[in-house]
Amino acid sequence: MNFPLPNFLPALPEIFLLTMACVVLLVDLFLTDRSRGATYILAMASLLGVCVLIALSFSHSRILTFSDTFVRDPMADALKMGIMIAAMVSFLYAKDYLREHGMFKGEFYILGLFGVLGMMILVSAHNFLTVYLGLELLSLCMYAMVAMQRDSAIASEAAMKYFVLGAIASGMLLYGMSILYGVTGTLDLGLINERLPNVQDKILLSFGMVFLIVGIAFKLGAVPFHMWVPDVYEGAPTAVTLYLAAAPKLAAFAMLMRLLVDGMASLHGQWQDILILLAVASMAIGNIIAIAQANLKRLLAYSAISHVGYLLLGVLTGTTEGYAASMFYALTYVLMTLGAFGMIMLMSRQGFEADRLEDFKGLNERSPWFAFIMMILMFSMAGVPPFLGFWAKLSVLQALVQSTGLLWLAITAVVFSIIGAFYYLRVIKMMYFDKAEDSSALIASNDMRVVLSANGLLVLGLGLYPGLLLAFCLATIVSP
Amino acid sequence: MLENYLPVLIFICVGLLVGTVMIALGFVLAPHKPDSEKLSPYECGFEAFEDARMKFDVRYYLVAILFIIFDLEIAFLFPWAIVLKDIGLFGFLAMLVFLGILVVGFVYEWKKGALEWE
Repeated sequence: MNFPLPNFLPALPEIFLLTMACVVLLVDLFLTDRSRGATYILAMASLLGVCVLIALSFSHSRILTFSDTFVRDPMADALKMGIMIAAMVSFLYAKDYLREHGMFKGEFYILGLFGVLGMMILVSAHNFLTVYLGLELLSLCMYAMVAMQRDSAIASEAAMKYFVLGAIASGMLLYGMSILYGVTGTLDLGLINERLPNVQDKILLSFGMVFLIVGIAFKLGAVPFHMWVPDVYEGAPTAVTLYLAAAPKLAAFAMLMRLLVDGMASLHGQWQDILILLAVASMAIGNIIAIAQANLKRLLAYSAISHVGYLLLGVLTGTTEGYAASMFYALTYVLMTLGAFGMIMLMSRQGFEADRLEDFKGLNERSPWFAFIMMILMFSMAGVPPFLGFWAKLSVLQALVQSTGLLWLAITAVVFSIIGAFYYLRVIKMMYFDKAEDSSALIASNDMRVVLSANGLLVLGLGLYPGLLLAFCLATIVSP
Repeated sequence: MLENYLPVLIFICVGLLVGTVMIALGFVLAPHKPDSEKLSPYECGFEAFEDARMKFDVRYYLVAILFIIFDLEIAFLFPWAIVLKDIGLFGFLAMLVFLGILVVGFVYEWKKGALEWE
């Protein structure tokens, strides 16, 4: 047997990130606690380097390498750049928080970088094995990050729950993969898609597909596989919550696209029904239970569940417009969630988490500017025009209306989005019309102020020119 | 294809048979005269020294985890060494990368003091 050297070039960003993660790991070992800032700078530089590498070699067509297990296409490049930016922003927001809470350790950045590497592999996967490899690399890093504050009982509990449920989900996914391997005889997603119509045993095929979707739904946090989301979001340190609420959502979207669209497009009629069920349940449970939450992190967790429901709406149409709308939605959601968790971290101080809704009371008196930023983010999450979140919802709904027989689903989505608007608007009401419990001014470093402001204004600015991001998403999805 | 597994099936059956017959024979033929001394738990012939549910030092787990990593590394090295001639330069370089990443991990655990018992 002879192994020719594969084409390494498409995976250059991944190889660079792996090397840099190892370098950061080694450099951090020889730093003292006082010079720990170097780890942060090096980690940010690595992410920036990957971002530049991808931008310089942005692909225009689909390239397969490593025996067709790794794919590089415009969608992968766009999502990877989104992941890089999200990871960089979350590292930046997290810096002060970690310092104040005595968690400013190199391991946060090392695990973060390896997690990003896992996301990149997941985004570029073209084989069941690569999907699993990327997913596990990402998940294992996130379990460890949730457990980083090991003296905190609530964080340990969250990590334990996350780990057990994540392991079950991985098991389900692997079971589904093994069945699909059994009926098609290949692990390659492209070949599976070709061979699926010829499979004789339809029942076994559906069985495998259902297990695969259960695994994906667990990772996305769609109802009824959402139980881990609120506990993990609340229990994890806010810096970690921010990390795992933002960038991995893009990776999970990519996983959905790779497995269902690249791998099983020919079974669209079957997985559409399952996704409809997941989407409706997620929108309903997420939006209704969020109303009862007094903890902002928990509220945002339920809001994440409902947003996953809207994200599924685009994918389930099975059209290019639908996929692009979902990608637009995923990017928009990540942008908004970064800002929202950034606000919690901006308000928190040593020994004070600022994760209760009451902590936002009277924010307008303490800092009119950041109250305004938070207002933009909340309006956008609720889907109020002209903010970006509205256009994301609109494009998903448009894709639904254009495909036949899904009008009722669009109407359901609108109804639940109106229900959901209540709890976002309540935050705004608390900020502007309630009396502040403590009226101390906000303390934050300048870089955090600048980036958080830019983050909020971007949600407004891109909302004023909504065509830009959507056209970009459409362009990346169409080309393969 | 399934008949290839017949020896395995026969082996399992024989194994089960031998196991159960031995225990059953002992149960049927041996004299039964239990008393409280015979039934009480003992440790090396003495009364039990402590409760069996004791706490383990967490360092055992650390050593066990580190052991598994390097144990697996060796498990990869053997088949690799046997087919090294056939897999050529790519196979050789792939293993070097793998070992390189392991060395990074090894340096990390050494510097963090995971290998020191006290």
